[in-house]
Amino acid sequence: METAYLIETVIKIVAVLLIFSALAGLGTYFERKVLAFMQRRLGPMNVGPYGLLQIAADGIKLFTKEDIIPTGVVARIFKIAPVITAATAFMAAAAIPFLPSFTLFGYTVNPIISDINIGILYILGIMGVGLYGPLLGGMASANKYSLISAARGAAVFISYEVITGLSILAPIMMVGSLSLVDFNNYQAGGIGDWIIWSQPVAFVLFWIAAFAETGRTPFHLVANDHEIIDGFGTEYSGMRWGLFFIGEYANMFFISFIIPLIFLGGFGDGSFLGALAFLGKVAFFFFFFLWTRAAWPDVRPDQLMWLCWKVLMPIAVINVVITGFVMMF
Amino acid sequence: MHSEHNEQVITKEVPVKKGYYLVDIEDYPTDGWGKFKRVVKRTLRGELFVGLWVVLREMIKFDIHTIQYPAEKMPIGPRYRAVHEMKRLLESDTERCIGCGLCEKICISNCIRMDTRYDENSRKEVSEYSINLGRCIFCGYCAEVCPELAITHGGRYENASEQREHFIVYEDMLTPIDQMKAGTQQEFQGFGSITPHEDERVKKTPLAY
Repeated sequence: METAYLIETVIKIVAVLLIFSALAGLGTYFERKVLAFMQRRLGPMNVGPYGLLQIAADGIKLFTKEDIIPTGVVARIFKIAPVITAATAFMAAAAIPFLPSFTLFGYTVNPIISDINIGILYILGIMGVGLYGPLLGGMASANKYSLISAARGAAVFISYEVITGLSILAPIMMVGSLSLVDFNNYQAGGIGDWIIWSQPVAFVLFWIAAFAETGRTPFHLVANDHEIIDGFGTEYSGMRWGLFFIGEYANMFFISFIIPLIFLGGFGDGSFLGALAFLGKVAFFFFFFLWTRAAWPDVRPDQLMWLCWKVLMPIAVINVVITGFVMMF
Repeated sequence: MHSEHNEQVITKEVPVKKGYYLVDIEDYPTDGWGKFKRVVKRTLRGELFVGLWVVLREMIKFDIHTIQYPAEKMPIGPRYRAVHEMKRLLESDTERCIGCGLCEKICISNCIRMDTRYDENSRKEVSEYSINLGRCIFCGYCAEVCPELAITHGGRYENASEQREHFIVYEDMLTPIDQMKAGTQQEFQGFGSITPHEDERVKKTPLAY
């Protein structure tokens, strides 16, 4: 039993690592294609059919590029920062159920690495640690723009941690558990049971905060190309930069898994159709990240802080209080 | 400050053209309640969704404007000034260039060099002629000054080279004789060229009034 569990877990970890590293590459392809189509362009077309092998070309380029450590940087911290981003992104995946449990050759597989009873707390905590990637990378880079980006990153991530935590608190109060599997089972009854109907405010707040947590376009000021070059990634090249990239895209995918799990019924009753619907929801939320990047402008850092502390946080607190009153009476 | 600006617009009395109108700019709110109202109004106006719809509409319409360059090319205008061409005479298929040297003289970047000699019929002919494309700025003066419409600009704009000083020589620019025989020599339509239907517009000089 123990060995079987160990082997199963190792296989799951390797599968998640491989699949989501590949998906991160594929995500860049989708992003470039979707953005191109929305801007009446074609996107990558020349490498492979419809540019599909562009990912391979980019991967070869990233892997074989010289690993440059510029003079003046704090080399040790500079080297470790991208690893923190990528590692924390993948560590958060440990508590996410990616699919309903299924039977493979008479062996029941739970596609979750570890169903710990503090799942959401763990994910939020690990995502909070993810802040150290941009922060340390930016501070160690000996570059003004990287430093600005690190400061912004710290401000944004810490502020929006509050929104994420407070907005998710109301659903947690309703479900009475921190495990994402319990969240899914709470909503297993069908569309009518989805938490989004009872917690629409929390859903919108969490969704908005997800953009800040992943640093995507309306809140992309951590690495805003037109004012601070690539932010904390300015001095990075080759695979170290690639690790930042993989971390960002893996984060987008994992957030896209978490939002439907918490608010939109997840994989429902665990049937094949439910699993398909779940993947559809995940695809929509990932697509929405790309969609907003094509449609919306970035906000200013002060507007972002204003939005967080003066608008979203009071709404989140009021939402929690009202939920508490409704549950009490 | 803002209200002053409004007054200015009114007192100036801008002559309003037909179909034009002045955009109505609201005053900025100064008190907290006004700012709050503005935030609520902007939040619920749904402009973000308009933006989302616009890009989604373009994606669904799939009206792609990309030209996949090496495979597809835009048509270029007849007056396009790319790599030079040397034309042949329409009547005799011989070279139009008379070796007058005007193009060499007028070239402002000194990229044209030519050498002439007398041929066996005691006619002047061009023995050497080269254009340094590394220096040429494609201003078109050579084509403009040419009295015989011999040197013109062509449409060949892809001139990548192994060296910066890429030369073209007379033989490369001259219309190939088989193309000339087939009647496919393209006349330059740009400045200095003959306008279409020139023959019909020629008026005979009257002998007496």
